[in-house]
Amino acid sequence: MLARIKQTLVAAVGVLFSISMFIALLGFMNGLNSLLDGMILNRTPHIRFYNEIKPNPNQPIQLSPEFAADLHSIRSVKPSTSRLAIHNSRAIIQKLEQDPRVLGVSPKLAAQVFFNVGTLDLSSNINGIDGFKETQLFGFEEYVIEGRVEDLNQLNTIILGKGVSDRMMAKVGDVVQVTTAQGNRIQLKVVGAFQSGLGDFDKTNSYASLVTVQKMLGQPASYFTDIQVKLHDFNQAPQLAKELGAIFEVDADDIQTVNAQFETGSEVRTIISYAVGITLLVVAGFGIYNILNMMIYEKLDSIAILKAIGFSPKDVNRIFTSIAILIGLVGSSLGLVVGYLLGVLIDHIPFETEALPTITTYPIDYNPKFYLIGGVFGLLTTYLAGFFPARKASSVDPVEIIRGK
Amino acid sequence: MAANRVLEAKSISKYFYNASTTQVLDQVSVQVNRGEFVTIMGKSGCGKSTLLYILSTMDTGYEGQLWLDGTLATGKDPSYLSQLRNEKIGFVFQFHYLLNEFTVLENVMIPALKLARLSRAEIEQQAMEKLRIFDMQDHAHKKPNQLSGGQKQRVSIARALINDPLLIMGDEPTGNLDHKNAALVFDKFKELTQELGQTLLIVTHDQEFAKATDRTIEMEDGKVLEKVSNQ
Repeated sequence: MLARIKQTLVAAVGVLFSISMFIALLGFMNGLNSLLDGMILNRTPHIRFYNEIKPNPNQPIQLSPEFAADLHSIRSVKPSTSRLAIHNSRAIIQKLEQDPRVLGVSPKLAAQVFFNVGTLDLSSNINGIDGFKETQLFGFEEYVIEGRVEDLNQLNTIILGKGVSDRMMAKVGDVVQVTTAQGNRIQLKVVGAFQSGLGDFDKTNSYASLVTVQKMLGQPASYFTDIQVKLHDFNQAPQLAKELGAIFEVDADDIQTVNAQFETGSEVRTIISYAVGITLLVVAGFGIYNILNMMIYEKLDSIAILKAIGFSPKDVNRIFTSIAILIGLVGSSLGLVVGYLLGVLIDHIPFETEALPTITTYPIDYNPKFYLIGGVFGLLTTYLAGFFPARKASSVDPVEIIRGK
Repeated sequence: MAANRVLEAKSISKYFYNASTTQVLDQVSVQVNRGEFVTIMGKSGCGKSTLLYILSTMDTGYEGQLWLDGTLATGKDPSYLSQLRNEKIGFVFQFHYLLNEFTVLENVMIPALKLARLSRAEIEQQAMEKLRIFDMQDHAHKKPNQLSGGQKQRVSIARALINDPLLIMGDEPTGNLDHKNAALVFDKFKELTQELGQTLLIVTHDQEFAKATDRTIEMEDGKVLEKVSNQ
């Protein structure tokens, strides 16, 4: 049966091709997925605590015992004038840092400002952050394309968004003038620029240290508008957001709710790449089926004589099944290797875009899961492809073949 | 049942169901004793080959009983019959049916490897011995397609002998050979019975061939005519 080396080789190459494509495709797809997800999700806190500006749910009339049994109809309700800052923020941060499920906590202070450029006022947001924590938890440093994050530690310094600095034509070392919503004027020194990959975000956002922003606003050191939390397991976010939000009496958003569309997008992409990969394998399976079938027709004489001299149908079945499995084993294992090499190759193709300053080549995910799935499916399809021809071979009637001569 | 009875078929009937039902064998009873050289003779279409395949256990669609070496072979499952054939019956066909993928020696070894009674080295040695009987030892490492027709047939007889079978069955083993080679093969058969006491059951339509054997079972229209002793 070894004579059909050429055909067997073709079959094995078919399996090899499909498995390697499967691996490369999934690796590439998932590499892109995690890159795109990372663009959003890595930068997004798993839970964000903040005070939402909204009408007070407890209006005075509801507290009055006189109208307790009546239907309340209130018009022109306005948001209450509660502070944007989180009450008792120090204690909340301390409590969060002690929670074993929490990876890290980073407070943030968002302020609305105007940059004064000549006669123009550009509206913008300045985010007061702790540069070290922001880098640690959200990879802030990766997006800083000019200057260093550490320089934010000096008072009255700012890292501008790429869009902002382009509009103001401000370079590192320049001084920009800022007016806060409260009317305070302040001079800030530009120490860097960042590019997040989201153009709109870069046009309207800049970063400064917490202390700088607190000083700008004339607020004390415990004044934060957001507390950003990163968890060990981000799947716990919705449940924890609910639980902690209730305890601290602040609003809490979890990552799943905020970025549901990204999850869906990457899920669909993954499904598509699996579908294509498995289709390739099935096609290769049909190839093997065909080759084995032809082999059996060519080898009818041999099968007949083997049966005549005492090979049982089971033995004949085993011979053909093992040919199929051999094809599968050789094809799959080589396929996995070639798939890996293809991945490495794609990994070295330059891929530079304005939006992603830290990416220089196409991303590839070398997750062993794909190799496992590819290998298992490769063996499974070849086994199934061999199963039916083998059964046919085992049911060959030797008398018919031998008498036919 | 006599101890030296190798094969006994009791009133075997067989029908072909092909559009209409045709009876090919009608109550055929055959016995073969140990050490006998028996031929089944008859015109083509008389059912002699059909009978042989039933006796060989390869064809199981018949009525009647078949006893091989004192055990009933009728109605047994295919795996059991395969093993029985492997161990007790050697086959020689009109066509040699050697596997071109393997060497001559390997071809001879296959049935013994399947039986797995001996180690590979022992089987190889035995196969060489069997080839020596037919003067084929020099061709042991060639591929079958490098041999002539007569040589191939001799190899296939050596293959039939490898497991020291109880019985060798042949379906026109000389049918494809020229006179010289046919005579050679026939002489080898004769030698086997006389020197090794090998039991042989051969189907042929060659009168001369049949006459030279111990006993001829003559068939016509699916029936055994008479049992002639050639001596």
